[in-house]
Amino acid sequence: MDRLYLILTLFLLLNLAAGMWRVLRGPSAVDRMLASQLFGTTAVAILLLLAQLYEREALRDVALLFALLAAVTAVAFVRRLWQSHEHK
Amino acid sequence: MNISDYLSALLLIAGGLFFLAGTLGLLRFPDIYTRLHALTKADNVGLGLMVAGLAIQADSWAVVGKLLLIWGLVLLAGASVAYLIANGALKRGIRLWRR
Amino acid sequence: MLFDALLGLLLLGLAWLLLSCRDLFKAIVLFVAFGLLMAIVWVRLDAPDVALAEVAIGAGLTGALLMSALAKLPVDNPPGRYSNEKTHWLLPLTLALMLLLVASGLGYALWSLPVIAPGLSGEVAANLEQSGVSNPVTAVLLNFRGYDTLLEIVVLLLALLGVWSLNSLDATPATAEKPANLVLDTLMRLLVPLLILVAAYLLWAGANSPGGAFQAGAVLAAAGVLLLLAGWRLPTALAGLPLRLALVAGPVAFITLAALTLLNARLLELPVEHAGMLILLLETFAMFSIGVTLAALFLGQRPQERGGSA
Repeated sequence: MDRLYLILTLFLLLNLAAGMWRVLRGPSAVDRMLASQLFGTTAVAILLLLAQLYEREALRDVALLFALLAAVTAVAFVRRLWQSHEHK
Repeated sequence: MNISDYLSALLLIAGGLFFLAGTLGLLRFPDIYTRLHALTKADNVGLGLMVAGLAIQADSWAVVGKLLLIWGLVLLAGASVAYLIANGALKRGIRLWRR
Repeated sequence: MLFDALLGLLLLGLAWLLLSCRDLFKAIVLFVAFGLLMAIVWVRLDAPDVALAEVAIGAGLTGALLMSALAKLPVDNPPGRYSNEKTHWLLPLTLALMLLLVASGLGYALWSLPVIAPGLSGEVAANLEQSGVSNPVTAVLLNFRGYDTLLEIVVLLLALLGVWSLNSLDATPATAEKPANLVLDTLMRLLVPLLILVAAYLLWAGANSPGGAFQAGAVLAAAGVLLLLAGWRLPTALAGLPLRLALVAGPVAFITLAALTLLNARLLELPVEHAGMLILLLETFAMFSIGVTLAALFLGQRPQERGGSA
């Protein structure tokens, strides 16, 4: 099982790296924002896998915090930036 | 490897495939709305499958509870953000993609 | 191994892209992604305490803070504004030389380090029993080197005072309040109580597993940020004395304890039998103050008081 966890974390990290292309490419601010939303979910999955792999409960707390705060940046984008700048 | 290991491996790999689908959607789909669909659906299902796979391996019910809580929170954030962004995009007149 | 190598490469690549990109919004998203990867790096370095702090600050505060700051900047921010300025060829050359010097100095320092550095972790482990807690990080932060934490909390307060004193410079009118949004409201109503609960959990867990006042305070602050984003404002009745009391509760608790321990002529040396209790008490006050201070920093200006001038 441990090998599977390792392979999957690597796979997810590669996924995240591929998503970086969308951040760089855009074209609009919303697209970049969406990509960073993807990173959040992927990071949660990576942390949960690592928690199981190393048997460290604390890593699940880190993932829990990620999940709790996943919306904050996007909400700030929608409520503050999008309105005032009309980033399209 | 016993039967539960195989089951959890299956779920984990399926979850990974959903993540791949989400990333592909983000990279390949033509407009905001379709990308939003790829992200907030595929990834959350992927995480759900992974959580299911890990829950089978968990040592205690407390861990299972925490895993489910994490998934629920990600679902909540994903759904809310998807709504806020799609709603904002519609209001700003970002047009839907047509073939 | 492969995972770590990829992680390191990604981090370096991100840092480079982030520093060299001229679109400020893109830079913010890259910075958020950088913080996220950094949290995973801390996990791989077996420092979950720092990872928790990184996530709480990076995901809960920095992104929102930077976005709000960008929203206040003038809209026309031409991407190529800096490219027209001609610089003399000597400037980049000098900079490159200086960077090379620093880099080689750092490289030399790293090279001359002993391969196995003992550090102080052995000493911490040996004295852990007297600290009142079983998480070595909390033991160091709140007991063995309590004055560090005291000063850090004061630094946060000073930062807020700086922001408040710049208040008059803020000429841009606040953006008009947007109408309440049902989905956002529901999200907030679900998340804010949970955030407060998790903050309490992190504070309590800090005694024997990763967590503690700073992480808990940052989570509280994230709850405040969410409330502010959803259009909530501090009631004017609370903006005067109550807010100030909340801001100084942590430093005051720390300083009181320092004064009391000074009576024994031992600054911040906690009595062994009460250490656990005292640490929890200190951390509670500190968490409260850190949370309020960070949320106030996000607000970016002194809240309107009843009857007084802003």
